[in-house]
Amino acid sequence: MNFHAIRVIFLREMARFRRTIMESLISPVISTSLYFVVFGAAIGTRIAAVDGVSYGAFIVPGLIMLTVITQSVSNASFAIHFPKFIGSIYELLSAPVSYVEIVIGYVGAAAVKSVLIGLVILATAYLFVDLPIAHPVAMFALLAVTSFSFSLFGFIIGIWAKDFQQLQLIPLLVLTPLIFLGGSFYSVDMLPGVWRTIALFNPVVYLVSVFRWSFFDTADVPVAVSLLAIAAFTALCLTAVWWIFRTGWRIRQ
Amino acid sequence: MPSIVSVRDLTKTYASGFQALKSVNLEIAEGEILALLGPNGAGKTTLISTICGIVQPTSGQISVGGHDVVRDFRGARDLIGLVPQEITLEPFEKVFNAVSFSRGLFGKAPDAAYVERVLRQLSLWDKKDSIIQRLSGGMKRRVLIAKALAHGPRVLFLDEPSAGVDVELRKDMWAVVADLKVAGVTIILTTHYIEEAEAIADRVGVINKGEILLVEDKAALMQRMGQKRLHIDLAAPIAAVPEALAAYALDLGPEGRSVIFTYDTKGERTGIVTLLNDLRAAGLQMTDLATRQSSLEDIFVGLVRGQV
Repeated sequence: MNFHAIRVIFLREMARFRRTIMESLISPVISTSLYFVVFGAAIGTRIAAVDGVSYGAFIVPGLIMLTVITQSVSNASFAIHFPKFIGSIYELLSAPVSYVEIVIGYVGAAAVKSVLIGLVILATAYLFVDLPIAHPVAMFALLAVTSFSFSLFGFIIGIWAKDFQQLQLIPLLVLTPLIFLGGSFYSVDMLPGVWRTIALFNPVVYLVSVFRWSFFDTADVPVAVSLLAIAAFTALCLTAVWWIFRTGWRIRQ
Repeated sequence: MPSIVSVRDLTKTYASGFQALKSVNLEIAEGEILALLGPNGAGKTTLISTICGIVQPTSGQISVGGHDVVRDFRGARDLIGLVPQEITLEPFEKVFNAVSFSRGLFGKAPDAAYVERVLRQLSLWDKKDSIIQRLSGGMKRRVLIAKALAHGPRVLFLDEPSAGVDVELRKDMWAVVADLKVAGVTIILTTHYIEEAEAIADRVGVINKGEILLVEDKAALMQRMGQKRLHIDLAAPIAAVPEALAAYALDLGPEGRSVIFTYDTKGERTGIVTLLNDLRAAGLQMTDLATRQSSLEDIFVGLVRGQV
């Protein structure tokens, strides 16, 4: 194992995070705070409590997930797409590093950034609402696992994308709808019959549901089912990454 | 001397169907400087990219320091430093950090003193805190070299190091190459510039259309370059060189209207004066004389056109 390589990749990515603190930390926090203000404080006071939780508090786990997922994908996809785009990836390909080290370095850094963003948003939420955390350890673990699996997903998109337009495509066309329809703003139980069934095909529903459970101890879908869905998604991404590096797809000619 | 890089029956066909390398065999001795000459699209970059691990070989074997570059890629790549042709650097990084990054990527512990030495050697020390984006093109190229040297490679590949580089940087680079050679580093460079090969290489390889046409000691090539040819135009065409002139090994020119005498400029006697006397004695009338030097360029152009 080339630990020095993991160290320098990780540190360089974190240095980029520090250098662009405005875009990478402040802006997601500000945009999430706007949701708190609009949906939580302004509209939320006129909406009845959901499952016994005030609406302002109810949306917090979903909003954290929303930001963590989008940030994980955009950070990780950019981190690997940029060297591919400018050509500096030659160094990675000619260095004595295996794909395991490359993935740990890049995906690890992107996941850590997302966890940090998630925690800052959580702290910000306390400015607006009163928020209990029923299972703090599970909450943190879920935050970490989600950050990791979606960073992995972003890493795949970064390798797949041939240009910066394609890099935006999946987040815009696939992720945003999935996240908004993933139950961040409502409980899946509130949906009418057939829509509820359709919603259950959305993987984000399971994430938001279990994450919300870690706060309020109530879930739309059984916790075990959610955990299984997350594990399946992570396994799928790991398999894809393994295949990419084994075949050199879109990286090694 | 034992080979440090050994390429056997290497072929590379890209996904597009383009065959960039056709059964390349190449042995590179430890400590030598090999210049690979070839026109654009000859396969120079593909060859070194395949050795360095950026391109996957279609078939054949490559070993570096006895390590197979595919099966034992860590062992092989530990030894290699690569300076790419294009300036491909992370634009927002500081010079010192960029070079330290390369060192870490190659599995070496941080060593600020070593990085400093590399930067000083390349006259980059006063730029160590500069953002790469703000450097001039020449400085960026120095950074690429510094990155390649950051882990102390035993084999250094320089892909077109002189492309778009001013005279000063080229001279500096040659000096660095000379220092590295003294330290025992094996250097492989690709170039269009014949003068560059002449200036620094021990051996010269010529590659075209994915095939190595020749690998020869520079000294032997220089020997060939030391030869000059005397073209003697004749008043009346002849069918064959007269018997009396057999000792001069003359070549007959087109349509028998000239004879060509090859001689060594470094020889004590070129034999030109006696040849001219003997020509007259043989009854041949001359109308014009011209001498031509065969240069590495001629040899190169001849090889590339498929005629030596």
